[in-house]
Amino acid sequence: MIKKVSTHINQNEGLIFERSRPGRVGYRLPELDVEAVPAENLIDSRLLRDDSLAGLPEVSEVDVVRHFTRISTWNYAVDLGMYPLGSCTMKYNPKLNERVSRFDGFAAAHPYTPDELAQGNLRLLWDLEQALSQITGLDAVSLQPAAGAQGEMTGLMTIRRCLEHRGNARKYVIIPDSAHGTNPASAAICGYEVRTIKSGPDGSVDLENLKSVLDADVAALMLTNPSTLGMFEEKIEQICELVHAAGGLVYMDGANMNALVGVTRPGDMGVDVIHLNLHKTFSTPHGGGGPGAGPIAVTKELEPFLPFPRVAREKKADGTELWRLDYDRPQSIGRVRAFHGNFSVLVRALCYIVSLGPDGLRLATESAVLNANYIAHHLRDDYEVAYSGKPMHEVVFNDKRQQEHGVHTLDIAKRLIDYGFHPMTVYFPLIVPGAIMIEPTESEGREEIDLFIDALKSIAREVRENPDLVKKAPHSTRIGRLDEATAARKPILRWKPAASAASGVK
Amino acid sequence: MRYIPNSTQERELMLREMGLRSVDQLFQGIPENLRLKQPLQITRALAETEALSHFRQLAEMNETPVTGRRMTSFLGAGAYYHFIPTIIDTLISRSEFYTSYTPYQAEISQGTLQAIFEFQSMICELTGMDVSNASLYDGSTAMAEAVLMAERVTGRTKVAMAGNVHPEYAEVVDTYIRNAGISRVTLPFDAETGGVSPSALHELDSETAAVIVQSPNFFGGIEELQRIADAAHRVGALFVVVVAEAMSLGLLQAPGRSGADIVCGETQSFGIPISFGGSFCGFFATREKYQRQIPGRLVGMAHDDQGRAGFVLTLATREQHIRREKATSNICTNQGLYALMSTIYLSTLGRNGVREVAEQNLQKAHYAAKQIAAIKGYGLRFAGNFFNEFVVSTPYSAGKLLRQLQDHGIVGGLELARFFPEMSKDILVCVTETTTREQIDQLVATLQSIGS
Repeated sequence: MIKKVSTHINQNEGLIFERSRPGRVGYRLPELDVEAVPAENLIDSRLLRDDSLAGLPEVSEVDVVRHFTRISTWNYAVDLGMYPLGSCTMKYNPKLNERVSRFDGFAAAHPYTPDELAQGNLRLLWDLEQALSQITGLDAVSLQPAAGAQGEMTGLMTIRRCLEHRGNARKYVIIPDSAHGTNPASAAICGYEVRTIKSGPDGSVDLENLKSVLDADVAALMLTNPSTLGMFEEKIEQICELVHAAGGLVYMDGANMNALVGVTRPGDMGVDVIHLNLHKTFSTPHGGGGPGAGPIAVTKELEPFLPFPRVAREKKADGTELWRLDYDRPQSIGRVRAFHGNFSVLVRALCYIVSLGPDGLRLATESAVLNANYIAHHLRDDYEVAYSGKPMHEVVFNDKRQQEHGVHTLDIAKRLIDYGFHPMTVYFPLIVPGAIMIEPTESEGREEIDLFIDALKSIAREVRENPDLVKKAPHSTRIGRLDEATAARKPILRWKPAASAASGVK
Repeated sequence: MRYIPNSTQERELMLREMGLRSVDQLFQGIPENLRLKQPLQITRALAETEALSHFRQLAEMNETPVTGRRMTSFLGAGAYYHFIPTIIDTLISRSEFYTSYTPYQAEISQGTLQAIFEFQSMICELTGMDVSNASLYDGSTAMAEAVLMAERVTGRTKVAMAGNVHPEYAEVVDTYIRNAGISRVTLPFDAETGGVSPSALHELDSETAAVIVQSPNFFGGIEELQRIADAAHRVGALFVVVVAEAMSLGLLQAPGRSGADIVCGETQSFGIPISFGGSFCGFFATREKYQRQIPGRLVGMAHDDQGRAGFVLTLATREQHIRREKATSNICTNQGLYALMSTIYLSTLGRNGVREVAEQNLQKAHYAAKQIAAIKGYGLRFAGNFFNEFVVSTPYSAGKLLRQLQDHGIVGGLELARFFPEMSKDILVCVTETTTREQIDQLVATLQSIGS
């Protein structure tokens, strides 16, 4: 029985271009207050556009608001309910953070504002670095990386620089087969080849496997902890010792740091570098696919190699403090992004940290882990647990039992939509065939989680009794499953104005 | 804690239901010696009112056009003050947009997907290209991705980059290519025009993967794209045009009509707050024949079994979650919400508005340049065509002059010596539609008074 949702009227809406009508206007600029000189008198006319930008619409403000409001209602969102995407960590995005990030003094500050006129921003960056350093147990933080994958790249480059400094950059990065796809892709950009190791029978790093690939050519081990199976690497200290003994460094993918904050610290485990996804652990919005932010935290040894500029604090003779940007970083890997990172995201993350404080951050971790275990506990009779062990913030099942009825993970995911939930993460990690990966986060109350459990139990029943119902899901959405194969074979990637629409969308 | 719905009692009930006594039992997988024995050493939790006043205080410590002394700013250099319609923030503040995830599950993500499809269409129109991706982190990383793509497409490992691209963009490219086996040479700019030196183009050879220029360039000058395109194509290199000031596209010839193979850059000028340089939004467009080499996400049109049209993420076999170390890029998260901001901006301004704003930029910047150049001892460093930025040569050390202007409530522009030590007396000045004639006249009067 579907309890969480019922269908209601839903507005149809075409592309914004289809609303265009000649003469409609959506803006009004101030009158030009200098002499209106024709453009061709100011620059060579051959440099000017020779088209009329016919592919941009002419619409009123009302048209724009109606258009985007209507299409927004076709999205699922955290503010509508649980978003159980394992590994993606869709937690509540506090509204206070949104408000604060829009304060005039932040939103209107130019990145080249002289340091003495940007003290508020520099102090904020400093404070966030200090907090993340404390949370990770590592010595120094760079806030420049724009997202997790860029953090990975930046962290590995920092490792490479450090190893070059020691005398040999080495050749390989070891990555478990359970890792996120960005790990090997980031290693490749840093000029490293990947040595994949098979996970042990419990999904963790197998020490013997690790030893067999560790040698003087290994630059680093890249490890997600808790793993993508949601389990803590119990032998993390030995793992770090082994890698260090072989002269390599340990990179921890911090995508799952929300299972650890306030409970344990990567720096204390022996980790050398970690990236943090602020849009996961620290509650900044995912925004339908960004912006995120992917700061990295490193040990003292790696600090000189961090991207420049760094925020520095100076104490003046009169005892007052002054913050400035330090560009004089001769050993730095360089810049990974223009300006100072995704500042507006950083503001939100710091606001989250100070709103929770030490106790709140720990409680968030505990609640996230409790919620995930609660789901694991209640669903294990209906779905097969992929790996035995102690799940932390997320739990991974597979579709083995459902396959007996011809139903696969994707079908279950789509059926969940009819029950009013966004699907869980599917087919990841790759080492679990038919993976069903669920992460509730701390943002869900018990009744929402119970509804979710009921929904998955009900779907398990439908699989046995009426598998076709599940295989043809979703039934309640504006559109059914889309033909992705044809879309990829004959891509239509843009709308074109009528005159040249032969190959575009009409 | 107000962000955590379950009460202490509810959490205890849940534990008991699972046969557990305490929450610590859930963390038994973590070795005892690694578990923190004391709270994190960070500030105690602030109440909402306390947090508000803390951040308000920090924000007001910044001297911006709207806080502190309300400085008049002539800063540009890759981050621009433009008018932002109110409805952008209204619309992106809808929870359905900003609290949603990357649209992997198409059936309940059509809002995001359609908006990205519209973004891709608009970027194609502005740049004169066939295919645009769903966005990248920012202009600088878009440029780095263009370099990596040129290497993939041509199999060549050397790129020629203009010496007048944004210096921070160039630094980012250097970081990205250092370990990728790609080298770069610099195409010098002409001392008189500030544009790419025509004689430099003779240096291109058949090992060049890409010729990369920025237009308007870092000094605000408009490059002769077709000439450079021809030189690049003669040696079989891709021609990459970077646009850091996207507003210029409202007025200037689409780079795609001037021979560009990749057009990439920054959409901040389209509705995105300047926000200390981020978050911004990179764009990346190319020719259809290269669409399977493009980095980042792409949205395409698709149909369901009833023939109803919708949108999906497509051509995913290029991406890291499928191809892992052989992917076209490591990018995963992009700038979805900020691409939406630019899409709303471009919808609101439309084909006429974008042109009108661009023209105002052009006219006000030329007015300012003329007034400043008329001051005794001042002049324009370069002779070429420019859009809304230009380099002023002054009779003084630029740093000292800018600090004096600051005392008069004016941030007069960027001290170019920061990137070009030989330009110690030069300032990069930016004028947009948000700059008033009164502010320009005030700058001119202040410069005159400093000299006298």
